[in-house]
Amino acid sequence: MTKAGSPLSDNIKPPLWVNAEITYKCPLHCVFCYNPLNYASTFEKELSTEQWLKALREARELGAVQLGISGGEPLMRDDCEEIVAEASKMGYYVNLLTSGIGLTEERIAAFKAGGLDQIQLSFQDSTKEMNDFLSSTRTFDLKRKVARLIKQYDYPMVLNVVLHRLNIDHIEQILQMAEEMGADHVELANSQYYAWALKNREQLMPSREQLEHAEAVCNQFRERLRNRMKLYFVVPDYYQDRPKACMNGWGTVFLNIAPDGLALPCHEARMLPGLEFPNLRDQDVRSIWYESEAFNAYRGDSWMKEPCRSCDEKHKDFGGCRCQAYMLTGDARNADPVCSKSPHHALVTDQVALAQRAQSNDDEVRPVIIFRDDKNSRAFLDE
Amino acid sequence: MSLQVDRPLKLARQYKLQWEKAQDAWVLLYPEGMIKLAGGAGEILTRIDGERSTQDIVANLQSAFPGADLQQDVIDFLEHAYDKGWITPV
Repeated sequence: MTKAGSPLSDNIKPPLWVNAEITYKCPLHCVFCYNPLNYASTFEKELSTEQWLKALREARELGAVQLGISGGEPLMRDDCEEIVAEASKMGYYVNLLTSGIGLTEERIAAFKAGGLDQIQLSFQDSTKEMNDFLSSTRTFDLKRKVARLIKQYDYPMVLNVVLHRLNIDHIEQILQMAEEMGADHVELANSQYYAWALKNREQLMPSREQLEHAEAVCNQFRERLRNRMKLYFVVPDYYQDRPKACMNGWGTVFLNIAPDGLALPCHEARMLPGLEFPNLRDQDVRSIWYESEAFNAYRGDSWMKEPCRSCDEKHKDFGGCRCQAYMLTGDARNADPVCSKSPHHALVTDQVALAQRAQSNDDEVRPVIIFRDDKNSRAFLDE
Repeated sequence: MSLQVDRPLKLARQYKLQWEKAQDAWVLLYPEGMIKLAGGAGEILTRIDGERSTQDIVANLQSAFPGADLQQDVIDFLEHAYDKGWITPV
């Protein structure tokens, strides 16, 4: 059984990877954001510097080695440098995930001195920014400046670009930009449909034709640039017939800490009903990881229903994503409906079919796009 | 491409070697990943300091573990580490 304090805890491996979402504040309004819809509720409840360091120290003592500092935009907190430097001293491999907005030379020098290991620069690319980019206006200039700083401070240039229906046809310009910036790694991942991206799913899901075009362009760049710029292209999981091995299994590797101190087995789990997620304010990482009911809820396979329970692939993909199963079917213990063995698979294939509509018909069928901003978030809070 | 035995070696940018108590092993850390090293591999990589070459590392290990013929194993592992991009000539 998977109850707190059960013998299962003897088999639980320590967390290896901590993702510290130090704030949900963000100057951007990306329509594909995976932060919770009601993120604004955390603004008044953010952990203090000391609370962050305590949690990171506890996770490090258990064996966590990788640390992502993310958000929101982590640079919105002025103790970001301090958190990075202290975490680096603790022995973490520290990765800053940023839009680059707010990354001045003074700050990057402080990060370098503090031992920051890597910077992942995301190219947000919401519609407005795509336009900015295509017309080479402010945002693009800013990115270029930040990209130069990253190179100047001897970091590899790692670019993350979230692809979706509205920008995927610009893939060639995006890759040209990446090449001009001297990117070493470029991740072109289609948005996954959680939170804001789920609200905007119809506008964000590309057609098969768009995906094929984008992949072909990627391959041309790969062919030409070889190892000089490594490209990763990720299609939406809705286009697949087996689910992703989400988080490598619930509570096996990954610990996400939200700005308000909530400890979560993934970025999205806050939405799951019936689970009380522990808070780092009240509990230490050891008891949260090994003993809390929430972290034990979907460990192992005893929670599984059919078709997962008798599936010979259940230890490969763990039944996919619990949050996606809940969002689409209403029960987190169901198979992720991306799986073609799921009785709910049509929920996914229907959306894919809808995405094949002609681009020119979009204006008629598209619902209104919802931007991730504080006003909209507060409205979800009231719901 | 193979390594010249007299070139000093260093860890590649982005790789960090450290002892992990929880793993009871030396590990190589890189962005969003970790390689757990078997005992011998840890012994070899900890001797890479930006000054020692392949032949220096062989000699150093031979004196630390006298009686064992380590040369080929060490060279094979360093070639492997080089192919993987973990180490690079200075």
